[in-house]
Amino acid sequence: MRLILAILVLMGLSLPIHADNHDIWPEVPKATGEPHPEGNEYWRKNHMVLLRHDRDLTLREGEREDIQASLQTCFDCHAVKDDAGVAVPFEDERNFCRVCHDFVAVKPDCFTCHRATPSDNVQNRMMATPDEPNSIAAYLERLKALEATEAEANQ
Amino acid sequence: MSNRAEMTRRDILKSGAAVATLTLAPGVTLMAFGGSDAKAAAADAGKRWGLLIDANKCDSNCSDCVTACKTENGWGNDGGAHSTPETESAWIRKVTLKDKNTGREVSAPVMCQHCESPPCVDVCPTGASMQRVDGIVLVDKHICIGCRYCMMACPFKARSFVHSDVPEQSVNAPRGKGVVESCTLCVHRVDKGRIPACVEACENAGHSAILFGDLKDPESPISKALKQYPSIALRADLELDPGVRYQNL
Repeated sequence: MRLILAILVLMGLSLPIHADNHDIWPEVPKATGEPHPEGNEYWRKNHMVLLRHDRDLTLREGEREDIQASLQTCFDCHAVKDDAGVAVPFEDERNFCRVCHDFVAVKPDCFTCHRATPSDNVQNRMMATPDEPNSIAAYLERLKALEATEAEANQ
Repeated sequence: MSNRAEMTRRDILKSGAAVATLTLAPGVTLMAFGGSDAKAAAADAGKRWGLLIDANKCDSNCSDCVTACKTENGWGNDGGAHSTPETESAWIRKVTLKDKNTGREVSAPVMCQHCESPPCVDVCPTGASMQRVDGIVLVDKHICIGCRYCMMACPFKARSFVHSDVPEQSVNAPRGKGVVESCTLCVHRVDKGRIPACVEACENAGHSAILFGDLKDPESPISKALKQYPSIALRADLELDPGVRYQNL
């Protein structure tokens, strides 16, 4: 009985200590841009589910328009910069994903292959317009023009 | 639906997916899920993307297609402690053929031939090696275990295995250690209405030796050229029906 009382007292004492443990929780780096409409709590809980679903749609079915979770666009807002103003890669423990994953000892393997920093290469986020020289439409136009000149030369 | 948090399974059943119900016989119903409004710009089964490479137009001293592919997809500079020229990735390579009798030399690029019946897909134990409905053959690196059966099965030596860590990947083509990779026909470009990087580079070099287009469209320039002039498939004896064809080889 005395032992149980002692444990209860200890537990009672430890409660305020637990409340102070906010200090050791990871500090989620501030993001830029518009906040998620679903709220941060939703994304913290479900980001992996959203990403996994969309990765299959994109890769296997070629669906690239109605994608709501793309690692590439995550880092537009969720990039942590070092003192020199350069976004830190996944190898750096200050990286946005690393901060929480290190805390809970989970190692996501996304970044073996995926880039974990923002990139200037945004051309292929948008559908090509026919006036772009490397669009399929412009390419086919050039081939048609070439065919016409060849037909003329043969006559 | 802009807010995913509000989307529940019930909502999906209620609104997103149209349900087609067909009564076959009393008590036997056939139900098909899948809305027509959801599918927008995905891979199109009505197309089959392919390349036609004219070896006569290909300059043996030019490797702009290889350089463009490296730049676009970020391979060719992996290095690492275990790197040898044999183990370096090669999504596309220039091959020179010489006829010993006549001495005629001809050069052409060889990349994934995007077969209709791809042996790499046949042998894959996990389903990572896959073919899209528009004929593009890809590796789903999310489920690739790096066993390299597909590399052995490919008669064109088109696939590579990444042996070392890849830092700062290109956003165009995620790639990393421990998985197999190959030419994607620049799927990230094609899906956005752009031509593959090698085709663009070859045109810019003034050769236009690589013709890109839809093999299922009889009016496309590639289909017309295939109909009009003789062409071959590499290893035609294997009857893999590749999407990449060669002329004047």
